[in-house]
Amino acid sequence: MTDTATAETTTLDTRRIGDTLLKIDDISLSFGGVKAITGVSLEIREHEICAIIGPNGAGKTSMLNVVNGFYHPQQGTITFKGEVRSQMKPHLAAAGGIARTFQNVALFRGMSTLDNIMTGRNLRMKSNFLLQALHIGPARKEELEHRHFVEGIIDFLEIEAIRKVPVGRLPYGLQKRVELGRALAAEPDLLLLDEPMAGMNVEEKEDMCRFILDVNDEFGTTIALIEHDMGVVMDISDHVVVLDHGEKIADGTPDVVRADQNVIDAYLGVAHD
Amino acid sequence: MTDGQDSMARLDTLPKILLDHAAKRPGGAAMREKDLGIWLTWSWSKLADQARDLACGLASHGFQRGDKVAIIGDNRPELYMAMSAIQALGGVPVPFYQDSVAEEMQYVMEHSEVRFAIVEDQEQTDKVLSIRDRCPKLEGMIYKDPRGMRHYKQPGVFSLTEMQERGRTFHADNKDFFTDEVAKGKGSETAVMLYTSGTTGRPKGVMLSHDNIVITARNANARERFTDKDEVIAYLPMAWVGDHLISFGQAIVGGYTVNCPESSETVMIDLRELGPTSFFAPPRVFEGIITQVMVRMEDASWLKRKIFHYFLGVAKNVGVRLLEGKPVTMIERLQYGMGKFLVYGPLCDSLGFSNIRIAYTGGEAIGPEIFEFFRSIGVNLKILFGQTEASVYVTLQPDDEVWSDTVGVAAPETEIRFDEETGELLYRSPGVFVGYYKNEEATRETKTEDGWVHTGDAGFVDDRGHIRIIDRAKDVGKLNDGTMFAPKFLENKLKFYPDIREAVCFGDGKDFTTAFINIDLESVGNWAERNNINYGSYVDLANRDEVYDIVKGHIEATNRSLAEDPNLVGAQVKRFMILHKLLDADDGELTRTGKVRRSTVFERYDNLIAALYSEQELISVEAKVTFENGKEGVIKADLKIRDAETYAAMQKAG
Repeated sequence: MTDTATAETTTLDTRRIGDTLLKIDDISLSFGGVKAITGVSLEIREHEICAIIGPNGAGKTSMLNVVNGFYHPQQGTITFKGEVRSQMKPHLAAAGGIARTFQNVALFRGMSTLDNIMTGRNLRMKSNFLLQALHIGPARKEELEHRHFVEGIIDFLEIEAIRKVPVGRLPYGLQKRVELGRALAAEPDLLLLDEPMAGMNVEEKEDMCRFILDVNDEFGTTIALIEHDMGVVMDISDHVVVLDHGEKIADGTPDVVRADQNVIDAYLGVAHD
Repeated sequence: MTDGQDSMARLDTLPKILLDHAAKRPGGAAMREKDLGIWLTWSWSKLADQARDLACGLASHGFQRGDKVAIIGDNRPELYMAMSAIQALGGVPVPFYQDSVAEEMQYVMEHSEVRFAIVEDQEQTDKVLSIRDRCPKLEGMIYKDPRGMRHYKQPGVFSLTEMQERGRTFHADNKDFFTDEVAKGKGSETAVMLYTSGTTGRPKGVMLSHDNIVITARNANARERFTDKDEVIAYLPMAWVGDHLISFGQAIVGGYTVNCPESSETVMIDLRELGPTSFFAPPRVFEGIITQVMVRMEDASWLKRKIFHYFLGVAKNVGVRLLEGKPVTMIERLQYGMGKFLVYGPLCDSLGFSNIRIAYTGGEAIGPEIFEFFRSIGVNLKILFGQTEASVYVTLQPDDEVWSDTVGVAAPETEIRFDEETGELLYRSPGVFVGYYKNEEATRETKTEDGWVHTGDAGFVDDRGHIRIIDRAKDVGKLNDGTMFAPKFLENKLKFYPDIREAVCFGDGKDFTTAFINIDLESVGNWAERNNINYGSYVDLANRDEVYDIVKGHIEATNRSLAEDPNLVGAQVKRFMILHKLLDADDGELTRTGKVRRSTVFERYDNLIAALYSEQELISVEAKVTFENGKEGVIKADLKIRDAETYAAMQKAG
């Protein structure tokens, strides 16, 4: 993708991909008569980047919502960090270390970039309401610590220039970056990204890829992303899962999936000369 | 006093002066940087200690006096400190343009024979690594920002902290080494090597000595009354001589504070927070500021707009006289005072100009209205003219003699003369460079035996005693009817209009003048929005008939003003075309400092130029463009060519 440092100069290949972090067993989800997901099982291992791909309506966002706890499957279990649940609750997911971004950007439009990212620290704000309101003592100390951390994220995502800008005024690509920042502020173990590159041009995509790779590399965060840009998917993922009409039709490394006939038929297609 | 102490007391090199500050005012603010949202200060003692640690670290790696070191990155205290560290050891820092792509860097890196490179971050590290095999003299790299650098296992790549750690160990074992090395320094030694951005041909390495910089800095600080209380913002490339003097040479000599912004995108925000006492920007930045202010005022309420424009009128009338200490009536003073309270004060504050004692611009001509705008609201904007080869200053305008069409009078201790035949300006001063590195021939062509430098610019002294520059001496040509053709002169007149961002004129050896125009996206885009004109992209907008009409109007206005001068009536622009893409440094059409590379433009667009001189009204183009990441692409468009009206010789009105 980038034509700078080549494989021989960095040792990114020896990233330590660990044991299973998230295990999804035979999940089925329907809305009335519509079967969104049918009997899907998959495993995401620690520190890996897993891409979930497939045509529109395949159930990808639904799958993320199930992991996150927004949707409750009628069947199947989710095992996260060894704990088995039949249903995840969103606040438990967050407390447990799962953070996510949304397809259509769910930021607080009237608040600044800085404030939006600070809300990502919410679960770690422990001091009581009165102290926070008066901004004294431990509340103040805590606020400074959180601010320091969030500034680190702002520096990481190169968004210093829009720190104080109300998010609603930002172009779409920057909003997505701010949302990534908010998810990172929660220091998640598992980051769910729903189409993080949608609507971006080549240069913005390259920047976003760089951030995703850096997050994975620097913080070891496991990442599950839904993405349509095949170039991106094949380039940065360790593991690809393909859904079609609610079912899993392929699961493996990018090379394996790219060559899978089912995937080609359903989604990728063939090049015509 | 010992020899060493004698030498130090002479204060003839920048490191000696730095150590002097650290001894006399250790707690004073030498530099500041905004990091993670807050301003952090480097005191003089911190600056000196950090430089010592780095210098000792380099010494422990075999650094020799005279070694050259590349400096690549945005304006960071660490990089300025690194320059001091290198100079302390008798070495020569060679700052690079941080936006250069690897290929551009390779030439300079190889030519300058740098032994080490001190870079800001991973991006710069990657660039250097990609060309390392073609730079045989390069032994090692030191990076400041550790982000992303964890996996780099190449030999000879160190972090700054690591290097300084080694330095502290070295210093502990060799307590006198650092001060001894600094004492060895002499004013005649090379202090820095700055490569010219090269409008023509390959960049050349200008060698400036400590004398060049220290003496020039002392003179400039004295004439412009800089003290240690001044504050500047360092945001222009470190490879540019202007930044080297303002944010380094003059700062060390004068002892004032240099502030580094958080990132290149936050410069305007940081500028507002700092309120520096002095500021330099190329004319297009000032133009851009006005465009932004005017555009935003258009969105304000009726009352606010009325107040704004009324008081701008007052400023136009009164402001400049007030600034220059010339007589104003009581009423005018009151009016201006109210204007200041309601408009100019808040406006300057929002731009970060409240504390400006002196603002400079130069490098190319500035539109008179823009110039008058800033001066009328109380910003003491002046023009200076200079070159890398002069350690910046050739001419300066005094505070009370400021006009938009001159470049001022000779800088301190500078002699000026003009060549009889070509009108070329030559100068001689203590800032005149030592020579071009490894290029005796070019040095001889530029600098005479007795130290006069050929600027390559043609000019004359006008009836106010000020110097006026017409154009690059070799660009001044003639139309077929004998009319003088000075392309830059015409282009500057065209660029005064905010809608026109860049213009390139042709006419030497031709029957009439023609022009390429680049429209300004912000200005024209704004107009398009207001007039409900849709456009998909720059190419789209640039091709619209309505936009052509606007540009035609500007060209015709320019033509009318040319018609008022009997010498220039024949130089009016007859035909023009609006280009499908902005001329860009990444495509080699502009230099990194934004000047047009005429020979590249002539070559690359020869078919378009031919079309301008034909009867054609339309021409198809396919252009290769280079994106910011170095990748190439192609733009296709059909460009229209239109005629502009020309006028017979007129009398000036009034």
